[in-house]
Amino acid sequence: MAERIATEIAIIGGGLAGCSTALHLRQRNVPVVLLERAACGSQASGVNYGGVRQQGRTLVELPIARRSRALWGRMAELVGSDCEFMATGHLKLARNETEMDVLETYAREAAGWGLELQLLGRNALRDRFPWAGDKVIGGSFCTDDGQANPRLVTPAFARRARALGADIREHTTVTAVERGSDGFRIETAAGLEVRARIVVNVAGAWGHEIAAQFGEHVPEEPISPNMCVTEPLPYFLTPNLGVVGADLYMRQIPRGNVIFGGGRGVNDAKAQRARPLPESALASFQRALEVAPNLRGAHIIRFWTGIEGYMPDELPILDRSATTPGLIHAFGFSGHGFQLGPAVGAIVTEMALDGAPSTPIEPFRIGRFASAPSKS
Amino acid sequence: MVAERLPPVIVGAGPAGTRAAETLVHAGLRPIVIDEAPSNGGQIYRRQPSGFTRPGKALYGFEASRAAALFGAFDRLAGSIDHRPNTLVWSIRPGSIGAGLMHLVSSERANALPFDQVIFATGATDRVIPLPGWTLPGVFTLGGAQVALKYQGCAIGQRTAFVGTGPLLYLVAYQYAKAGAKVAAVLDTAPLSAKLRALPGLSANAQATARGLYYLFWLRSRGVPVQLGIHPLAIEGRDGVTAIAWRDPHGGSHATPCDAVAMGYGLRSETQLADLAEVPFAWDALHRQWLPTRDAAGRTPVAGIYLAGDGGGALGADAAELAGERVALALLQDRGAADNGRSHADRIAAINRRLDRYLRFRRGLERAFPFPAHLAGDLADETLLCRCEGITAGEVRRAVREFGAHEINRAKAFSRVGMGRCQGRMCGPAAAEIVAGALGVPIEQAGRLRAQAPVKPLPMAAVLDDAAASARHG
Amino acid sequence: MTSKPRGQFVRLAETGRRPITLTIDGVARTALAGDTLLTAILVNGRCVRRSEFGGDGAVAGAPRAGFCVMGACQDCWVSLDDGRRVRACTTFAENGMKVRTAHGG
Repeated sequence: MAERIATEIAIIGGGLAGCSTALHLRQRNVPVVLLERAACGSQASGVNYGGVRQQGRTLVELPIARRSRALWGRMAELVGSDCEFMATGHLKLARNETEMDVLETYAREAAGWGLELQLLGRNALRDRFPWAGDKVIGGSFCTDDGQANPRLVTPAFARRARALGADIREHTTVTAVERGSDGFRIETAAGLEVRARIVVNVAGAWGHEIAAQFGEHVPEEPISPNMCVTEPLPYFLTPNLGVVGADLYMRQIPRGNVIFGGGRGVNDAKAQRARPLPESALASFQRALEVAPNLRGAHIIRFWTGIEGYMPDELPILDRSATTPGLIHAFGFSGHGFQLGPAVGAIVTEMALDGAPSTPIEPFRIGRFASAPSKS
Repeated sequence: MVAERLPPVIVGAGPAGTRAAETLVHAGLRPIVIDEAPSNGGQIYRRQPSGFTRPGKALYGFEASRAAALFGAFDRLAGSIDHRPNTLVWSIRPGSIGAGLMHLVSSERANALPFDQVIFATGATDRVIPLPGWTLPGVFTLGGAQVALKYQGCAIGQRTAFVGTGPLLYLVAYQYAKAGAKVAAVLDTAPLSAKLRALPGLSANAQATARGLYYLFWLRSRGVPVQLGIHPLAIEGRDGVTAIAWRDPHGGSHATPCDAVAMGYGLRSETQLADLAEVPFAWDALHRQWLPTRDAAGRTPVAGIYLAGDGGGALGADAAELAGERVALALLQDRGAADNGRSHADRIAAINRRLDRYLRFRRGLERAFPFPAHLAGDLADETLLCRCEGITAGEVRRAVREFGAHEINRAKAFSRVGMGRCQGRMCGPAAAEIVAGALGVPIEQAGRLRAQAPVKPLPMAAVLDDAAASARHG
Repeated sequence: MTSKPRGQFVRLAETGRRPITLTIDGVARTALAGDTLLTAILVNGRCVRRSEFGGDGAVAGAPRAGFCVMGACQDCWVSLDDGRRVRACTTFAENGMKVRTAHGG
């Protein structure tokens, strides 16, 4: 027999943004149902690289990133586990003068947004990070950034939200969403029907599909970042590492495994399947060895990838629907969703309950692609 | 009919791979045979390094003539096959459109090899059940103990205890004693009653059964304690093995002094490549393992991907030889070797009739040496389960009970079980039993650890051979 | 002169092979041509590597000495002085090889 639930707010998608929204709504005692077709954190939120960085974010994203960083700092209090979050700093490396110029320009601009960065020349960088390869000519260090274990974070948000009374339904696929005169009606493959006053679309790489059902077409692309992990090695690399151009990112966990990525895998977003590409992995080995030559003897024990929704301008959609009252979109995080996720939940909660959020979201309007030729 | 096709590829040069290669060569093809080992034979007929002088009889016992025949067959293929020893296939993707691509590595040279037909003859390794102390120096698998003797002329210790169940338990203990090693005890978890009940099924292979009984009586006649129906408790020692503790069927506790332990509970198929090739898996109750699916000739549902031998369910070396020939015939049929397609079908049917006997025998073995799943499911919380990552049974149960893991990959994500260098080859079967137990569901509902490339550790120094990479576009 | 420690492996056959010398953790040791590194290490001692992690009451650094001897369990990786890391059970010992059982460097 079909089950029916009436609630205040229905969340579609059990990624980090969705689970954080559920948690923040329950902190304010609002009835909420979250629908996730697999398990919470199965897609990009659970299989991403695990970087928690503000450095390098597009400047207009920094206010959300700053707000999220504050939440990361009290993760244990928020969800009952630190999820292996460590404020190790983020070091962005330059491999030539042009890249160093990029770092210098960004450091100047970011200061205006409250993000303090330390620029390091060749010698200063080597004094502090003696593992750096010859190819590295300098870097920019953000003390405030860090890293965490993505496999743990989203499930921890889901567990805490559930403990606070959120109705989280995993393995529940949404088959239809429609708005009637009395609010939204959501059907699921499992026979569950949910009625809600507000719907939050946090469906990640599939967010555009839901938006399209309400006449809002956005050019979101499914991207699969290619990632690798080494066997456990003696701990040498404290900060989370990136490079100008983003063709390499690397961190080491205290257990010793070095996690790095670069290049892309392949995916079939419709089938929710992705696989890493050996060619991308082999190419990233070489880039990693240039930056950290002491990895030369190490072995890779696993590749993986996932599916992330990318927007052409690499900025998310975080906005109210332009066509449908009560519908809120938060998707297309373009590889930034892990760090931003906790704050997105807080912002969506404010959008749903208070009207205007306390963090500016104008740059993330859904209508910004309206003049672009439609892809669908 | 395609004018020119890529040569078929065979992964594994054991009994199945050898017979598959032989059959393809007889049909006029020149297969590529890739194997991790420096020489052919697989694990069961592993050939000793050059410079070793023991005769085949000393190495392979009753199987010496079969081993000699298999080596002869492989040696005659020299020049007719493209043999690539010391080479690991670490990734593969099926060719949805056009050729598939597999990735190889030999030393630090990586290669991309396009293919349109590949036979996985990847064999099996020991299935193990952890117990306290199983990571101590001096504890090896039964297969490992056998390799030490066959391949290196060494015993794994001065006094070795053999624990577990299955025919290999008695065979390796016998080989050790025969080679002059001291066998402290043979401790079989299967009770005598199981063996008696299994006799009708075992009659499907009377010769193998007779040999098994011969090993048992030979060991007993030389004063080796052989205990049936035991419950292993722990391997004792600090920096090495000093004893194995066990309980007899009447509840009495014992500690047998020894400095080495060989353990194993049957075999576990190596299925990682089939998984990466997107072959669908199905639960196999007999082998208590998820196995890649295939038809009666060894074709998987994925075009161009074939299976033979223990890698698709362990039936032993003799069956693997037959399955190797059979799958090669199926591959030839699919290749459009139409002129003798009829005789291929007849030959496949004939092989299947013979293989049916091995399947009945295997079922008999499972009754004689039942896999003691409860030993895995009941592991104490503090017992180390995943030797790569140092994860205990309790941490896996916690992933299920406290963190809500609903299947084994989720338990892996939360606890790191099976996430280390071996990708769950050693802990996987036991971890699945623990997850099933914690969930309170039958084992097949605990799910299956997904394989991930690279299937074994890959050196970061590996560089893709440009020549090979560009050849595939040529 | 270091006295020969008690080995884990015991040679039962094929003892007439040519002796080779390799260095294990800085100490010269004798093995035989055709030995794998696992054999060469275990006829001379009982530890091949140290576990990175604890568990089972053991602390990180507990000794390991391989397990499957056929390239599956990955519990016998050792470091060579030339910077390579190799699996001891599938790598032949060579005269003059320098092996370290502790990971690092």
